[in-house]
Amino acid sequence: MTQPLLNITGLHKSFGTQQVLRNIDLAVQPGERIAILGASGSGKSTFLRCLNFMETPSAGSIELGGRMLGSEGRNGARVYAEKELTQLRQRVGMVFQQFNLFPHMTAIGNVMEGLRTVKGVAPAAARERAMAELSRVGLADHAEQYPARLSGGQKQRVAIARALAMDPELLLFDEPTSALDPELVGEVLGVIRSLAEEGRTMLLVTHELGFAYHVATRVLFIADGEIHEAGTPDEVVKHPQRERTRAFLARHREFSL
Amino acid sequence: MGYQWNFAPVFEHADALLYGAVGTLRIFAICLVLGLSFGLVVGLMRYSRRRLLNWPATAFVEFFRNTPVLVQILWFYFALPMLVPFEISPLMAAALGISLNSAAFSAEIFRGGIQSIEPGQWEASRALGMTGLQAMRRIILPQAIRRMLPALTNRAIEIFKMSTLASAVAYVELLQQGKLIASLNFNPIEVYTVIALAFFLFLYPLVRATYALERQMARSDSGGD
Repeated sequence: MTQPLLNITGLHKSFGTQQVLRNIDLAVQPGERIAILGASGSGKSTFLRCLNFMETPSAGSIELGGRMLGSEGRNGARVYAEKELTQLRQRVGMVFQQFNLFPHMTAIGNVMEGLRTVKGVAPAAARERAMAELSRVGLADHAEQYPARLSGGQKQRVAIARALAMDPELLLFDEPTSALDPELVGEVLGVIRSLAEEGRTMLLVTHELGFAYHVATRVLFIADGEIHEAGTPDEVVKHPQRERTRAFLARHREFSL
Repeated sequence: MGYQWNFAPVFEHADALLYGAVGTLRIFAICLVLGLSFGLVVGLMRYSRRRLLNWPATAFVEFFRNTPVLVQILWFYFALPMLVPFEISPLMAAALGISLNSAAFSAEIFRGGIQSIEPGQWEASRALGMTGLQAMRRIILPQAIRRMLPALTNRAIEIFKMSTLASAVAYVELLQQGKLIASLNFNPIEVYTVIALAFFLFLYPLVRATYALERQMARSDSGGD
């Protein structure tokens, strides 16, 4: 085994007295595509958001590229310096369910923003790079449009281009198609599939079982804040061993078939 | 009513009125810049969760919102020179009073405007690796200021009108000059009519201009993302 890109050990997260994640261990090898399934409220989104510190883990540790993040705090929880987190987030891209495009900037402005403000890339170079990313998601001809003029699927593709422009080593997708009209889901999944074919490392929280089955190298089923079942897509989606996984999948198939 | 209006004596002092108008514009410009920029700083402090920043800002806002500007100007003019080793000019006293009062009110506008931006905008900024300051400057404030524009316009109009309070410490502006002319010619009726119209003629185009600005901004982005 090569060194994991991401190594998560004993991850816990609580909001007040409510435990949302408990004792999650996961090692992600470079090039792996991990689909995360689970009912709403299971903690799957919170888990993803802990990985780029949109939420700060309450306990446990995360290693990225062999380096342990944060430093030892007082009561078991690690503490993280703002500077370390801004650097980490440049290496971990995130795509949100609600797109979160910057509405006061054009599509290309959105994609350039991280390059310009965070990486300090010169305007011409940033524009060229942003244009290349927009072409990759098929939106070169929409570069000068404001988000308000784009469809949901186009917005999400711009959001993907925005994340890609930063050259992330790891991509996090938080239900990237859940806010889309059904006829727009395909174009976004198509882009994600092409990224998978490039061998990018990604974690994807999704309700698209078929997509998880065909694109992921590994599937996790999360319930009650724990990894309830994990394995290859075939093992988890086709031949689940545990009762809750089966019930979850059965509920989903009722609607998707 | 058989009153004979006679505006001629007012306009005989057109040069004095013009001089006053320049004084009004000067104190307006000073207070607009100082009041809004200091208001932004105080608003950001109010927004902060750090008590060391939040608490003094709250105290400042509450104090200056709940005391009359006229009293503040008089206090700065008459009492402050007892406490500081330099002279306080009428302009300084009036500009201090009006600016600090405007800062207190606009701080609340800034805080509210910043709070109205969806949390997703912060998240997307941070996810790109921006610091809090970068996110504020590049993503949050530009959007917040659009939303705050109507309220900030109101603030600017208030500042313009509050400039007349500077006449209480004999700062030379429109109202002060008007009082002077009225006391020379015993024609307060015509003088104050002219002064009121002069303020309207200044402010109305300003308000129209900001409406136009708002419409133009609405065109580039119509609503959320």
